Amino acid sequence: MSDCRRQWNREDELPVYLAGPISTGPNQRKSYGMFSSVEGAFDSKTIDFDNYAVGRKGNRTPRSSSRERVLDTSDPVGKTPGEVREGSRCSPSGDANDARSDVEVFTSENEGPNGKDGKLLIKGGRVVNDDRSFYADVYIEDGLIKQVGENLAVPGGVKVIEAKGRMIIPGGIDVNTCLMKPYLGTQPVDDFFQGTKAALAGGTTMIIDHVTPQPGDSLLEVFERWQEAADKKACCDYSLHVDIPQWNENVKDELELLVQDKGINSFQLYMAYKDVYQMSDAQLYEAFSFLKQLGAVVLVHAENGDLIAQEQRKILKMGITGPEGHPLSRPEELEAEAVFRAITLGNRVNCPVYITKVMSKSAADTITQARRKGSVVFGEPITASLATDGSHYWSKNWAKAAAYVTSPPLSPDPTTPDHLHTLLACGDLQVVGSAHCAYSTLQKAIGKDDFTLIPEGTNGVEERMGFVWDKAVAMGKMDENQFVAVTSTNAAKVFNLYPRKGRIAAGSDADIVIWDPDCVKTITAKLQQSAAEYNIFEGLECRGGPALVLSQGRIVYEGGKLQAQQGTGRFLPRKPFPDYAYQRVNCRNQVKSMQGVTRGIYDGPVYDVAPAPKYITPSPSAKTSPTSHQPPPIRNLHQSNFSLSGAQVDDNIPRRSGHRIVAPPGGRSNITSLG
Amino acid sequence: MSEKRFCNEDDCSSLLSRLGSDSPRPRMKFGGMFCNVEGAFENKTLNFESFSPRALRRGATLTQMGQHGGATAGGGQSVVFPSGPTRVNHGKKEGDRLIIKGGKIVNDDQSFYADVYIEDGTIRQIGENLIVPPGVKTLDAYSQLVIPGGIDANTNLQSPQKGLNPSDDFYQGTRAALFGGTTTIIDHVLVDPGTSLLSAFDQWKETAEQRACCDFSFHLDITRWHEGLYEELETLVKDKGVNSFLFFMAYKDRYQSSDSQLYEAFGVLRDLGAVAQVHAENGDIIDEEQKKLLSVGITGPEGHVLSHPEEVETEAVYRAITIAKQANCPLYVTKVMSKSAADVIAKARKKGVVVYGEPITAGLVTDGSHYWSKDWATAAAFVMSPPLNPDPSTPQYLTSLLACGDLQVTSSAQACFSTAQKAVGKDDFTLIPEGTNGIEERLSVVWDRAVSTGKMDENEFVAVTSTNAAKLFNMYPRKGRIAVGSDADIVIWNPKETRTVSAKTHNLTVEINILEGLELRGVPTVVISGGRVVVEDGQLNVTEGSGRFIPRKAFPDTVYKRIKARSKMAEARGVPRGNYDGPVHDVISMTKSIPPTPTTRGPTGPKTITGPRNLHQSGFTLAGAQIDDHIPRRSAQRIVAPPGGRSNITSLS
Repeated sequence: MSDCRRQWNREDELPVYLAGPISTGPNQRKSYGMFSSVEGAFDSKTIDFDNYAVGRKGNRTPRSSSRERVLDTSDPVGKTPGEVREGSRCSPSGDANDARSDVEVFTSENEGPNGKDGKLLIKGGRVVNDDRSFYADVYIEDGLIKQVGENLAVPGGVKVIEAKGRMIIPGGIDVNTCLMKPYLGTQPVDDFFQGTKAALAGGTTMIIDHVTPQPGDSLLEVFERWQEAADKKACCDYSLHVDIPQWNENVKDELELLVQDKGINSFQLYMAYKDVYQMSDAQLYEAFSFLKQLGAVVLVHAENGDLIAQEQRKILKMGITGPEGHPLSRPEELEAEAVFRAITLGNRVNCPVYITKVMSKSAADTITQARRKGSVVFGEPITASLATDGSHYWSKNWAKAAAYVTSPPLSPDPTTPDHLHTLLACGDLQVVGSAHCAYSTLQKAIGKDDFTLIPEGTNGVEERMGFVWDKAVAMGKMDENQFVAVTSTNAAKVFNLYPRKGRIAAGSDADIVIWDPDCVKTITAKLQQSAAEYNIFEGLECRGGPALVLSQGRIVYEGGKLQAQQGTGRFLPRKPFPDYAYQRVNCRNQVKSMQGVTRGIYDGPVYDVAPAPKYITPSPSAKTSPTSHQPPPIRNLHQSNFSLSGAQVDDNIPRRSGHRIVAPPGGRSNITSLG
Repeated sequence: MSEKRFCNEDDCSSLLSRLGSDSPRPRMKFGGMFCNVEGAFENKTLNFESFSPRALRRGATLTQMGQHGGATAGGGQSVVFPSGPTRVNHGKKEGDRLIIKGGKIVNDDQSFYADVYIEDGTIRQIGENLIVPPGVKTLDAYSQLVIPGGIDANTNLQSPQKGLNPSDDFYQGTRAALFGGTTTIIDHVLVDPGTSLLSAFDQWKETAEQRACCDFSFHLDITRWHEGLYEELETLVKDKGVNSFLFFMAYKDRYQSSDSQLYEAFGVLRDLGAVAQVHAENGDIIDEEQKKLLSVGITGPEGHVLSHPEEVETEAVYRAITIAKQANCPLYVTKVMSKSAADVIAKARKKGVVVYGEPITAGLVTDGSHYWSKDWATAAAFVMSPPLNPDPSTPQYLTSLLACGDLQVTSSAQACFSTAQKAVGKDDFTLIPEGTNGIEERLSVVWDRAVSTGKMDENEFVAVTSTNAAKLFNMYPRKGRIAVGSDADIVIWNPKETRTVSAKTHNLTVEINILEGLELRGVPTVVISGGRVVVEDGQLNVTEGSGRFIPRKAFPDTVYKRIKARSKMAEARGVPRGNYDGPVHDVISMTKSIPPTPTTRGPTGPKTITGPRNLHQSGFTLAGAQIDDHIPRRSAQRIVAPPGGRSNITSLS
């Protein structure tokens, strides 16, 4: 599809540019035909009809009043394909520190490094959005994209970046990072500063981090702590998911506040981590219902915690204490099972469900099948599951094996990454996260004698975009538009950041990446931005990478050099009821109202029941420890009034089943009056 | 047993003996290609006489066989006669000798024409032109099928619900069973939470022995699992002859078991060699849905099906299979009521999981549209869990899966409550006692829906109505087969006759039959239970209390052969690696915070985050050679013992 488009664009190029100078023809109004009837529609969609017009003269006009008038600028924007290729060739040395000289930044005489007032013009690139690609220039001012088009009229003294035909894509959005997740009092070595630096170096210009309160904490307080830390440290824009460690009444008020005042629209629930975060099905049901009312997206960590706890116990008992115990105790089936259950719950409540960290084929297939049946469910594979597999858990090197520990674990099946990429390419999985949560080997070593104590988390924020390109686009599985969709646009849509993020269009944030599809880089911990001493992708070669990264209109990464500024990241509040997730849900809500049957009142005999002693277990769900409760049913002797002898009022009713029936004319027995 | 002798007898007329009859070497005949497996024919009942054109000299042999057959009945066969009470004759010696003539014997593997001679409640001879003692009652089965009596693997004839006893108890229920061609039932013993399994079992057994008219066995329903049950389970499995236990994933706060409990229980059952059964529905979701429906004012029986949607069943089936696979325990899913649940089972079987699915009479023939009936009593009569599926194509789908072997056993899930009893829930559907009839119609329903429509052949029919159940629950070949030495539970089946189901004519006491008005092809004309004719000419002639308890041994082969092999294979092994001797992050103020369970992922409460650093405990760096460096592999919970004392994290494990 896009290949076709690309071809189109290439073929179009020459005539379009030739047509440029004489664009202000008399038949100007013709271009306001049927496609122009909606004012401002193009701005958000950036559908650039000029590109489709081969040699048409009258269509080189501004399409909305907000646009600057297109002027005849002398510098040609387009390049021949040959030039494009030449320009995008980058040093295959793999050395990230080596400044690549072929990203050219022309700065007019008296400009600072980022241009005066943050005015930037990216010239000669191909803008790639999730729906289409086209050649255009992008003009940026005040951290916003002001214009997208050809031959833009820009003020003088603007810093010009030559993209040389490379792709201009929206900056990546990493929806799953844990940069401050405490574990036994320690925090990941990549904090908001290190983590966002690494993100920027990989072409990700926005992260959504998980706020992880401990059971008993106030969600609001912890959220504020996170926000404070991130405001000080983050180098790129960020937003926050809030994890709900426990479900109770207090949480509800806080959730409401978070959604309505704090701009949080996604909350994570856990089906694993028994006795800590895990929720029973009943709690999940309640939580789903409540979050749905608020219009939030429910993130689910899907693993069956009960069984994991049992397996862990078994495996420790067998004497397996190394990291291989981690995948052994968390087999793929348990993930798939929990995904299935989460989707079932989501269907019952009619609530969008977002599965974080899809790590195995069977879990991904479960999501696929559910989507086929119409469930509103989203799946997020992560860098690690897309680029490597779980065979490393059996590494002889403890530190290496431990570095891979994350939950759900990487599947030992080596075909998993390929399968996940395929599903990603066809849209069955939607969003790529990184689940970046880097602990140093020192911290991982807390669990050196017991794998259950190893802090969980892998790196991946820096490598995320690169591996999707390398394994999916470069292999021909995915086109560049889908690449943009899975790395940023879909995430922006699901979490209601669209079109501010995730799109190159006038009015969007100037989070832009110039993507170099040909640069080859070998991943190594020595050259990474992350502070962790181990990189789980060590030694893997990765094609494709950012040549230049703009965050909020500032150049933060250029030719291998990072110029991130601590504390420049802004918190982005997100509104509830994202259309992408909730439109269908809202519609189904209206359609699906259950109705009872209107029928005459049953007036036959009713068996009299002595209210049976109810065995109500003290805990609301049976998920607690099996042996803890043994309340023997206490028989209430006052209620055992069931023996009736002699003639009864309903003896005349012919068919009796041998049971005594009492239908007192004056009233009902107490059990029937319940309803 | 007898067949082999015939070979020895050098019976020239049999097809087999012809093979070598030209040569004077008798060994050839016996040791030919068909005879090399010792005892193979007995099990399979390959009856070679039935293929032979003439059988003249066989009589004498057969009579002898018949006489000493009783002593050697179990000799060459794998017929299981457990240590339970031996058969009691009911003083009707003459009635115990029967010959069924002219019928086509249908087992699960083949069909053939032969006569069957029955004595003392056991099948003594199978063949043509049997020599039998005089005065034997002859049953004519020409143009009819002789099939093993049905086994109904799921009945609830005694389980109370919400204090209500089923309207049809062991007597009524087994009468109806026999009339429908079912000669063995396996009833569910519902053990109330907090009561002893053994006493419940004893109580059930006592009642059944007094009341039941056909043979019976028991599943135990465990409503509250805890480790303490192990001893009782062991007694039940090893001494009492119970090898199947049901767990509930539904009925929250009453019977529901959590995943952990199921996993533990499955592990125990596997070790004991029992079959785990589950009632698969997600009780948590159902509970919430029920609350929701009641709150919007839906109180009629339609609320039942609305609150028990198909997905909830499917989810639980999926979960149960996952747990069973994890615990490497065979699983039997009772009451498969929906297409998607059946699909999950079929898929899991394709992946090699040892799981069995049981559709029930009602699910095979009717659907859930009746829950919306305007007549409350009719709607309520259909209430059962999981409910009948409103999708009208479900019965056909389930029948197809049954025919292709993806589902294995049909049962009835019989649990009848009279309308008056159902009316307890007339203002609140959650109070309606759950259960439908089906014990009587089961065989006819399968025949009508599967065999006469061409989906299934008669052998598969026998398999799903009796043989598979007998195999799974270790009653085979005593039950579920027409073979010499098996119990004389035999049905003479007329595939052409039809019968219309009606509450007026059925043998239960319940007023509403959910299959009312259905015309079913295939009717048992004669039913023999324990060697006695109990149904003949449409007349039921049963004796209360004549049923025997059938004890079942652990480790049924069909189920456990694979499980055992897998147990051997599935040994996870650790990686032998050098000890990690790098620095370890010091965890502060952990002394109280790590609970002993390995499942705990972190301390609770914010104090650990802000806690002061305990400088006394931070002596963690260890460099250079250690005292235990010479130990080559350190697989288990190695503790680094620094000279100056242990850091507290390592001493935990």
